[in-house]
Amino acid sequence: MQFEDVAIAFEQPVLEGISFQLPRGETKILLGVAGSGKTLVLKLSLGLLKPDAGRITVLGEEVTQMREEQLYALRRSMGMVFQESALFDSMTVEENVAYQLLEETGRLTDEIHARVLEALRFVELERTVNLFPSELSGGMRRRVAIARAVITQPEILLYDSPTGGLDPVTSDTIIELIVKQRDVYKTSSLLVTHRLQDAFTMASHYFDREQNKMLPVADGSRRDLKTTFLILRDGKISFEGTAAELLRCRDPYIREYLS
Amino acid sequence: MPIFSPADIAKDKIQAVQDYSLLVGRSISNIFGHPRYFADTMMQADSIGVGSLPIVMLAGFFTGAVLALQTSSTLQQFGSLSLTGKLVSLSMVRELGPVLTGLMVAGRNSSGIASELGSMQVTEQIDAMRAMGVDPTKKLVTPRVVASTIMLFFLSIISDLVGLAGGWVIATTLLGLNSNEYWTTAYQALRFGDVFMGLSKPVIFGFIIASVGCYYGLSARGGTQGVGRATTQAMVTASVLIVVSDLFITKLLMGVFAY
Repeated sequence: MQFEDVAIAFEQPVLEGISFQLPRGETKILLGVAGSGKTLVLKLSLGLLKPDAGRITVLGEEVTQMREEQLYALRRSMGMVFQESALFDSMTVEENVAYQLLEETGRLTDEIHARVLEALRFVELERTVNLFPSELSGGMRRRVAIARAVITQPEILLYDSPTGGLDPVTSDTIIELIVKQRDVYKTSSLLVTHRLQDAFTMASHYFDREQNKMLPVADGSRRDLKTTFLILRDGKISFEGTAAELLRCRDPYIREYLS
Repeated sequence: MPIFSPADIAKDKIQAVQDYSLLVGRSISNIFGHPRYFADTMMQADSIGVGSLPIVMLAGFFTGAVLALQTSSTLQQFGSLSLTGKLVSLSMVRELGPVLTGLMVAGRNSSGIASELGSMQVTEQIDAMRAMGVDPTKKLVTPRVVASTIMLFFLSIISDLVGLAGGWVIATTLLGLNSNEYWTTAYQALRFGDVFMGLSKPVIFGFIIASVGCYYGLSARGGTQGVGRATTQAMVTASVLIVVSDLFITKLLMGVFAY
């Protein structure tokens, strides 16, 4: 994914001259104060919104030049976890998770049911298959949204504040799932968050498949988690780099933001 | 309170007309493209058509009855009480059946569609649908427009019949007419042009009801308050459009059938 000099305004400029790259298999964490345009970056990369200027390329296709009808095919290669989950409230968990597959096949087959269970097992919610979203807690809804996003094994995953409004324990569960997706399936991800601790957890932990849990990277380890940070400020990128570079950064705004 | 210039208001209105026209255009062109959501269309037909049957029948019956009652004194003055069937028949089939059915269904379904789609819009469910590569106009708008157009046609026929039955009850119980006389005059009064007029109007009205409901639903902004506003606007606009278009359709068809 590549953003080149992207700008968008709603009465006032929100994003100006945004340029960055998300190489295949890497994760980029978008940080910034509320209203800095983080969610906009996700919506622009999906083509849900068109920028006023600049170029966005996703999986080799120029999103900014594509018509809505052309974008539907590209979006099927991507997954998005929305801030408030955006589950279809009139459908069961199974129908929600299987939504994209049901659109393709038209009916719930045994194969789709098995894939739904596998996706729900990934988020440890296979018992909720017949429940409605209103019967789930906020954290469970967020996990179902993750299951819905990963069921088709997309090439790019976009997370919009996946831990926003959740308690620390549930947040850790969600972050562990995201780290698991990153390390097990090597999916490229763009993650928006307000919570610095979540961002640093992602940058300092890996998922151990044998122990089936998230573990901290040992000091001095050469393990490359392929996770970088991008901080937005007043519509522009004020920092881009690794966790170590971020901690070393002397920019007063970044220091204040981190504190 | 902000003051808006007349130019801004005019631009907003033109923009709304443009957006509505585009939505209408897409909802029609979707009928000829793939995928076709037959199951969704049937579900909407059940919700809009079967669900509206009780209120349409009640409104039709009492309108026919009150029509017979109201006109009886005037007809009696001219010694033409036997024409009650003819009067009820022409009024119901050409005008009151389609218009009252349209207004009833607009009140029930235009608002219902707007609130349903509006809730989906403000909770990002529409964006989630687009993000998963599903076209909301194909999945949500076209099935509602097709179902509403077809079902209003049949609902109007039922309304006409029930209205005639209402007139018959009054004619036979209170006005002393015999059944044969009532039904013979009612039947013989109708010409092809009357029936054509009575059956073409509900097709237009059904289209207006669903398309206006979908437009306001998909344009809803600003949380629950926005959904409430969209619901009210949809019902009011659909009702006004039905009444206004009724005049133009009547004038046009009166010219065609040389009344």
